[in-house]
Amino acid sequence: MKPARRPSGQNEQRAPGEVALFVTCLVDLFRPEVGFAAATLLERAGWRVVVPPGQTCCGQPAFNAGDQATARRLARRTVAELEGFERVVVPSGSCAAMIRVHYPELLADDPVWRRRAESVAARTRELATFLGETRGSRPPPDGPHDGESTVATFHDSCHGLRELGIRDQPRRLLGSVPGLELVEMERSEACCGFGGTFCVKMPEISVRMAEEKAEAAEATGAALLLGGDLACLMNVAGVLTRRDSALAVRHFAEVLAGEPKVAPIGRADEAAPGESS
Amino acid sequence: MKPESHTFEARARVALADDRLRAAVAHATTRLMAGRRHAADALPELSALRDRAATVRDHTLAHLDHYLERFEAKVAEAGGSVHWCRDAGEACRSVVEICASAGARRITKGKSMVSEEIALNDALESAGLEVTETDLGEYILQLAGEHPSHILAPAIHKERGDIEALFRSRHADVGDRPLAAVGDLVTEARRVLRQRFLAADVGITGANFLVAETGSVVLVTNEGNGDLTAGLPRIHIVVATLEKVVPSLDDASTLLRLLARSATGQEASVYTTFFTGPKRAPDPDGPEEFHVVLVDNGRSAIAGGEFQAMLRCIKCSACINHCPVYRAVGGHAYGWVYPGPMGSVLTPLLLGQAEAHLLPQASSLCGACEEVCPVKIPLPELLRRHRERQVEERITPARWRTGLALWGRIAERPWLYHALTGLAARLLRLLGARRGRLSRLPFARAWTAGRDLPTPTGGTFMDRWKREGRGR
Repeated sequence: MKPARRPSGQNEQRAPGEVALFVTCLVDLFRPEVGFAAATLLERAGWRVVVPPGQTCCGQPAFNAGDQATARRLARRTVAELEGFERVVVPSGSCAAMIRVHYPELLADDPVWRRRAESVAARTRELATFLGETRGSRPPPDGPHDGESTVATFHDSCHGLRELGIRDQPRRLLGSVPGLELVEMERSEACCGFGGTFCVKMPEISVRMAEEKAEAAEATGAALLLGGDLACLMNVAGVLTRRDSALAVRHFAEVLAGEPKVAPIGRADEAAPGESS
Repeated sequence: MKPESHTFEARARVALADDRLRAAVAHATTRLMAGRRHAADALPELSALRDRAATVRDHTLAHLDHYLERFEAKVAEAGGSVHWCRDAGEACRSVVEICASAGARRITKGKSMVSEEIALNDALESAGLEVTETDLGEYILQLAGEHPSHILAPAIHKERGDIEALFRSRHADVGDRPLAAVGDLVTEARRVLRQRFLAADVGITGANFLVAETGSVVLVTNEGNGDLTAGLPRIHIVVATLEKVVPSLDDASTLLRLLARSATGQEASVYTTFFTGPKRAPDPDGPEEFHVVLVDNGRSAIAGGEFQAMLRCIKCSACINHCPVYRAVGGHAYGWVYPGPMGSVLTPLLLGQAEAHLLPQASSLCGACEEVCPVKIPLPELLRRHRERQVEERITPARWRTGLALWGRIAERPWLYHALTGLAARLLRLLGARRGRLSRLPFARAWTAGRDLPTPTGGTFMDRWKREGRGR
């Protein structure tokens, strides 16, 4: 059976389609609100959201560290967990790229697994891409802060940008949020220095890269730094809070869903400085 | 030069503490990136050209023996000779012998990375020869007793003031000439170098391409020093690695269209010269002898293997200029001749993993390099492949190997994984909930030494999704 390359907005309108949400291991552990925001956005767009219960990690840390055996085992597990769904949505460009681009390569030696991986890959989308592709006549997402205006800047995460071509999609969605103004930082496409195990294997270099990213974001005068990958956001937020910066960091889904009940990344619950300007 | 790649981490730490170095490298690479961007935007056929260039390189590499023999025959036809050298020792001996048999004493040299790789200057100086680097950057480094930190802009780490001080201390007759402006520095270097050009017995250059069709050596420079090095002395020696060969003039021009654009953003370098053999009867000038020292030094072992794509490299430096790790630590941190992404792939192939295993780790695999590579080398994939070999050969430290494998075994068992992540979420939150972050955490100092660790905001998503009864 050849799976549909992309769900067609027109056909799905009457009977709401089902979307599997792969939240990613970092969202699961550190910031479930990103997962809930993604679910809210999908539901608001008319999809029924299912969370495959056996999901853990896509295996990218092992893959990039050179541990092919571990990466392959986790890839097979994840493929098996997700292949029963018509559509899979991931609130991370990096994990989506792992599934879409690298799973078929990783499992290429076994024709059966390769086909299964390709099938899941073809049905998997990063969140902003999915929302953009399937928007059609669905209602646009609501705004975050009723009446208040916020200036935000956007960090392009490497794998989403370079492996999946994600650049305009989240900006377009954010552009429809009332009261949110996007300004571009210098070198928005430069790596933040996270890089999987790189961030702890070469921590000084990683921190320097994160500092440069933090400085570029601060220089825009924005109150909010947004991005589509929690790993990058945690890395830059870690540098920003270390230097007591007023710049708040959030996943774009939180802002789109309009329910930032949780404090920005790395902040205590009560104080959310920088967001109420 | 003596490899120091195994000390990458210590060298990187020194570089990170050097604010002047950081400013110089950031300034220079930012300008080179802007130049490349501008050139790329002005060339609609860039993508097609890159495809063609990669095809040309792959085809040549697949038939390397054929094209090299053709090149040799054509060089001989034009009156020159080719010297085949297996390694650095043979190549240095070959150059020294050519110089000795001609009774040479003074040598001028154009910029050549392979001559750094084989430590040619050391060999020439040990043989009693006087060597002058004539590329401005290389000349500065020769005076300073340093090695290049970039394959295109060797003195990228030097600031104008450093160079003025260097000229004042090393040029005996500099007097009180003004040296404050860049133009003054160039004039001063030119004043000294002009005499060296005229006095040289042998000129040694590298090569950008070797054209099999005609036996020509293609050399590009922005300073014209390559032409004076090649054309004025009695003998011109070209030192080149064997993968520099291309089948035809047509192929050379495909690659030339990409080279300068990718490097500096120029449409073409200021000087592009095709040298074919020595001076012929009617020629008013040119060398009497023309030698090509063809160096393997590990290339033929790379050809045909899983890293062959690395040999497509035309040494344009675009990957280096766009690398955020290079930007952070500069070129000397890499500890040998080739820095940045291309160096991190090539160095372990040439020197072995024992010396260079840290270099493939020095990357966030961000992919900026692959995006700009004119011959489409999949650099992140090749870096990852090095890491795979390191895991297989147990060069990766045991704690990493067992740590990843253990984590993998846990992640394969959702019930166990979810129980442990639930526990971790509660524990981390307990430690850091008040501030939303942790500034110190045992076992995680590599993270927390330079940045805070944001703490989990509550229970895991999987727990909360189940508990809050969303979905079905």
